[in-house]
Amino acid sequence: MTYKAISLLFMTLIPQILLGQSSTIRFDGFPDYDTHLKTKGQLATFQKNHPTIKVSTTFNNHEDHHTRLQTNLATGSGAGDVVLVDVGRLGAYINGGGFIDLKGPRFQGQKLAKDFAPYAFAQGQGADGGQYGIPVDLGPGVLFYRRDYVEGMGFQISETTKSWDTFIEWGTKVKKKHPNVALIADAKDIANLIISATVKEGHGLYFDDKDQPLLTSPRFVKAFETAQKVRKLGLDLAIESWTNEWYEILKNGRVASQPSGAWLLGHLKNWIAPESSGLWGASHLPEQIYGSWGGSFLAIPKQSANPEAAWSFIKFLVTPEAQLAGLNNIAAFPANTKTYGHESFQKSIAYLKGQKANLLFAEIAQKIRPIKPAKGDLMAVTIVDNALDETLNQGRQIQEVLKEAEMMLKRRMRKVH
Amino acid sequence: MTAVTDRVKSTATKKPQGLLGRFKTGVPYAFLSPYLLIFFIFGFFPLLFSIYLAFHQWNPVEGFDAMTYVGFENFTLALTDPWTWKALKNTILLGLYTGIPQHLIAIPMACFLVTLAPRLRHIFTSALFFPYITSSVAISLIFFQLYEPNTGVINQTLATLAEHALTGWAFFWVQDVLPLRWLKDVQLIQPAISFVIFWKFVGFNIVIYMTGLMTIPKSLYEAAKIDGASSWQQFRYITLPSLRPFIFFAVTLTLIGSLQLFEEPYILTRGKGGPSQAGLTVSNHLMRMGWEWLEMGTASALSWLLFLLIGGLTALKFAVFGRKRPPA
Repeated sequence: MTYKAISLLFMTLIPQILLGQSSTIRFDGFPDYDTHLKTKGQLATFQKNHPTIKVSTTFNNHEDHHTRLQTNLATGSGAGDVVLVDVGRLGAYINGGGFIDLKGPRFQGQKLAKDFAPYAFAQGQGADGGQYGIPVDLGPGVLFYRRDYVEGMGFQISETTKSWDTFIEWGTKVKKKHPNVALIADAKDIANLIISATVKEGHGLYFDDKDQPLLTSPRFVKAFETAQKVRKLGLDLAIESWTNEWYEILKNGRVASQPSGAWLLGHLKNWIAPESSGLWGASHLPEQIYGSWGGSFLAIPKQSANPEAAWSFIKFLVTPEAQLAGLNNIAAFPANTKTYGHESFQKSIAYLKGQKANLLFAEIAQKIRPIKPAKGDLMAVTIVDNALDETLNQGRQIQEVLKEAEMMLKRRMRKVH
Repeated sequence: MTAVTDRVKSTATKKPQGLLGRFKTGVPYAFLSPYLLIFFIFGFFPLLFSIYLAFHQWNPVEGFDAMTYVGFENFTLALTDPWTWKALKNTILLGLYTGIPQHLIAIPMACFLVTLAPRLRHIFTSALFFPYITSSVAISLIFFQLYEPNTGVINQTLATLAEHALTGWAFFWVQDVLPLRWLKDVQLIQPAISFVIFWKFVGFNIVIYMTGLMTIPKSLYEAAKIDGASSWQQFRYITLPSLRPFIFFAVTLTLIGSLQLFEEPYILTRGKGGPSQAGLTVSNHLMRMGWEWLEMGTASALSWLLFLLIGGLTALKFAVFGRKRPPA
């Protein structure tokens, strides 16, 4: 039996090795892309159209995948030929120089630009202007709200989300009538939203165009002040996302709204609150700000032995067909804007009481402004999160906390000696 | 006599000759080689590499070519970082909160357990030892759920006790403070983490002390009883001094363990250090520097500083409390 298997293996491998026609590549990613590629058969579709390229896959959970990728990039070996990267890590990896520049005569990645939301395509660029990542799914920022606390109480969502003030006012009225219901799970989300959705053109989330930290700028002050106001009025529950408590309050309607990426819909519908179908709605974020909340990119590490085959696979994954399959299979919101005219987008979503929410998501995705990723983003995230915590939970003064945070960031970036 | 010793010496130093001889001398090394190989790759090499790294600035994602020599900059950066000092303070406080009760409870508990019938003693010891052999990650994840403010068992129990007719009078204050945010409140996070660690390690110390107690000859206690010593006097003048080497061993382990504390606070704070970084330990901080911020050099420098601190404190403990050798 074993001999038979081995001889069969040789019989199939040797001609291929001799002829040199076939190339093997590996895709490294995290869930739900395993469902998308393997269970739902996207990989098989690719193989059918590209019989000479063999694709194997390695999947790890989100955190482990990135830790492993970091080690692979550090040692210059072991990474897949195509890697999936979360937008939060992208800046640090790109500017670290571990990926192939897809711009230029070899791959002509720039030609794809017209098919993507400008902000998303720009996020895949390095400080040198090279194109290192191709967006594969997006997280257009939206506000999910409970209809029973909006229409059910005689409000209109467009009115309540007109400005942060009207939003807070709505929360106060809801609380007055339903003392157990909060406006939002965590006031921190409000601050993070304002920080990420009101970035000036050319600036990064935390740094300006000259890589100087912006933590004391009016954008951060406003973000912190708004969050603090919500906390002081008792309109949030200080419950962090992705904890049991959070699932619980989303399930039993103890929060009136939850800002998030469009992808939260899939989670709400499939497992967090399937029984709340028809109770939720989706709208623009308060003050009509456009921000993104998560998203993933595809990149080819420099160490790849088969970058051409890898590029073919990337191009396949961002074709309108594959992107629409992603939307239907795993609710990954397409990065390819060509899909936005497709009939899937016209579909009314029963969970959102028949709302055609994909159209809203698509509109938002196209209006989000590009944000420049910076090397220091990962450090800044921790520092800002801590500063926010000190403001909201310890009641420290905003200006003072932000000044301290900026100093700490500068020091850690070795900008102060 | 001299002839005999000479013969012994010559046999001992005589090297086996020829191919067979070489094979014989090689065999032990061949058997050792799997361990040595693994040790060199995963133990010795990283150790040396981290010394080298401590003097370089290196973002691992940029590959090996990106290392730049920065001298002692990483050490100054690590030492002047306010979070390093905060983490050190937290680590020491958590060490004290968990270490002191562990030993103060383990010693009397061990004294009590050794007086029980063997079967009963085994049952209790196994039950108390069980948390020690359970994975820290599993324990921390379970406690994370127990500590949740609204759905957690701890707060729900407190609320039930406050409402119950029998216990209400003792727990009337609970209503005013609920929901207690164990892992989000600066005042509560350290006790919350400490309790998990205390619960996990107290059984281990009890086992060490029980072993120690069993080595004390019964005759000492009999003699003391005949001389009219009270139970306290027996404990103070026989048990404690005889346990001294065991206390020394157990406290050393606690000291080293506390300074390297990682998993429990990491999971309970979801790797974010907790409110105002009050749950951040030195190991958590260096992990964050290296793997989150991609500052491998500073993380290595901090890890060597931590090593020096642990080494220094252990040496100090040996010097102060170690058994003095009788003069030769």
